[in-house]
Amino acid sequence: MSLPPAYLEYDKRGYGQDIGRYDWRLAKDRAPVRLKNARQVAAMIVIPCEYHPIDPHKTPFGHPHGMVTPFPDLRHFTARDYGNRVGVLRLLDALKSAGLKATFPVSAALLTRARPLAEAIVGDGHELAAAGLHGDAIHHAGLSESEERAMIEDVREAFDAAGFHPTTWLSPARQESFATPDLLAEAGFTALLDWESDGVPLPLRTRGRPITALPLLNELDDFKLLVERKQTEDLWTDQILEAKDYLKTEHDRHGAQVLGFTLTPFVAGQPFRMRSLVNMLAEFAGDEAVWCARADEIVKAF
Amino acid sequence: MISDPNLYDYNPYRDRPKIEWPGGKKLAFWIAPNIEFYEFDPPRNPKRPGWPRPAPDVTGYSQRDYGNRVGHWRLMELMDRYGLKGSVSLNVAMCDHCPEIIESCNERGWEFFSHGIYNTRYSYEMSEDQERAVIEDSIRTVEAATGQRIRGYLAPALTDTTRTLDLIAEHGFWYTCDLFQDDQPQRVKTKTGRLCSMPYSLEVNDVITYGQLAMDPWRYGDVLKRQFDQLLEEGETSGTVMCIPLHAYLVAQPHRLRPFEEALKHITAHDEVWFATAKDIAGHWREHYWDTTQDDLEKKGLATGGTAFEAFER
Repeated sequence: MSLPPAYLEYDKRGYGQDIGRYDWRLAKDRAPVRLKNARQVAAMIVIPCEYHPIDPHKTPFGHPHGMVTPFPDLRHFTARDYGNRVGVLRLLDALKSAGLKATFPVSAALLTRARPLAEAIVGDGHELAAAGLHGDAIHHAGLSESEERAMIEDVREAFDAAGFHPTTWLSPARQESFATPDLLAEAGFTALLDWESDGVPLPLRTRGRPITALPLLNELDDFKLLVERKQTEDLWTDQILEAKDYLKTEHDRHGAQVLGFTLTPFVAGQPFRMRSLVNMLAEFAGDEAVWCARADEIVKAF
Repeated sequence: MISDPNLYDYNPYRDRPKIEWPGGKKLAFWIAPNIEFYEFDPPRNPKRPGWPRPAPDVTGYSQRDYGNRVGHWRLMELMDRYGLKGSVSLNVAMCDHCPEIIESCNERGWEFFSHGIYNTRYSYEMSEDQERAVIEDSIRTVEAATGQRIRGYLAPALTDTTRTLDLIAEHGFWYTCDLFQDDQPQRVKTKTGRLCSMPYSLEVNDVITYGQLAMDPWRYGDVLKRQFDQLLEEGETSGTVMCIPLHAYLVAQPHRLRPFEEALKHITAHDEVWFATAKDIAGHWREHYWDTTQDDLEKKGLATGGTAFEAFER
């Protein structure tokens, strides 16, 4: 038994991360950010509106929110579609009542299929972001650079054609290739929701202009907590509120930090979850230490 | 029984020779922050991919980075407040990548033990020479960075070979954290040395409680208190060990740290507890109970002899 000698060669074993995208920097050593509006926590609510095709290729893997049973999986197709036609409008109403702004990454495929959704998002003053072509158009290292570039161009063209010009991007299933940030920056995107590496916005180096990674917390993802972990709606919202209160306790020493979490329309927009959600949003709205903002605003403020 | 690896003798948890921890304490408590580096694009091991998703697994990688740059400091400062020293389960390449973390732990008198080079380089399929190279690299790297001679081993991502335990015993290690068979240290049957299995409590490891068992932060805090209360009560009969294995990318998330603090508050409020490092616990046990345990097993007719995996192809 033996592995090839290269298994014990460590080319990148040196100071800092083993990637060139950003430098190693400790949270405790960075200059604390004091927001101009004097708020202590920047809450970034992300509402991913993805279109999941009923006949996915599942390459290199199936989107966790995508189809589950053999074709035609009407059950999951329609349950996801519920999110984009019913759930998301409940979320929009709840945000409006609380007076809060959010970021909505939307699949390009929804721009024509669900045009009123994009209009409602923009009409309420939220940020319309790009979530790739659709839930089965996953970016991965098995694509050639020209294939991936073409996908991103298709997304850009679809948004342009619809009259929208998003600057924030969330990858389908938060999966990337090694070149994704380069290609996104070339296509004019300035903020990226795939990387959780720091508690504050983190500029990523690319071949061209930088793109800023904003921390969207994986561990507070609503699909993960409510569907995969089968937690109750109150337990879910209590954890988000706990994170908010905890980050406030760190403000004196470490400055303002970002609290990014998802409200996925087909998950968070269920009727039985609305009471907890509305209560949670009211706590965010009523907390003078918290600034609920769009990703594009947060990038500029830090 | 052909498939029995003969790692240790069967030793029922009743009527064992009484363990007393220094100062007459009943429970030896240690805390094991895992300080890990997962490579962005690891080489492929034929038995297991480096990440659950195809590389680059941006969410997995960046969450672990968050653990090192943000979470570690939260956890370390919390432990400072309760006077707890960590015994660090270390991917030793962290000494090269993020030396600030290693220095901050070393200054506090924390112990380091090896958890392999990277958590993305598994032991499966390694030759004996390759595995020796990893162990020797671990000893050398930690000694150069901290002056400490490591005495413990937790195989990277819990990937052992049939040789691992013999090799670490041969290299003068005192304990392994890879065996989960007991709440007290036990003898491991290696060809040389005095290797003990150190309780590492996988069931209260945050990877298990937050990942597999899907606990919420308050439930995890409660589990830790219950684990402690029970082991402390049993420590009246014979000294027990409680370990909390942790990962800053999980436990030090902003929604989880305060409930964890409640558990530490509960645990540190007891004075029948020996707050120790794994090395201290292993050292004390090897010195005072290694022979006693064997004598007891022999007296009870439970000692079977031999060494681990000898019936298996090496």
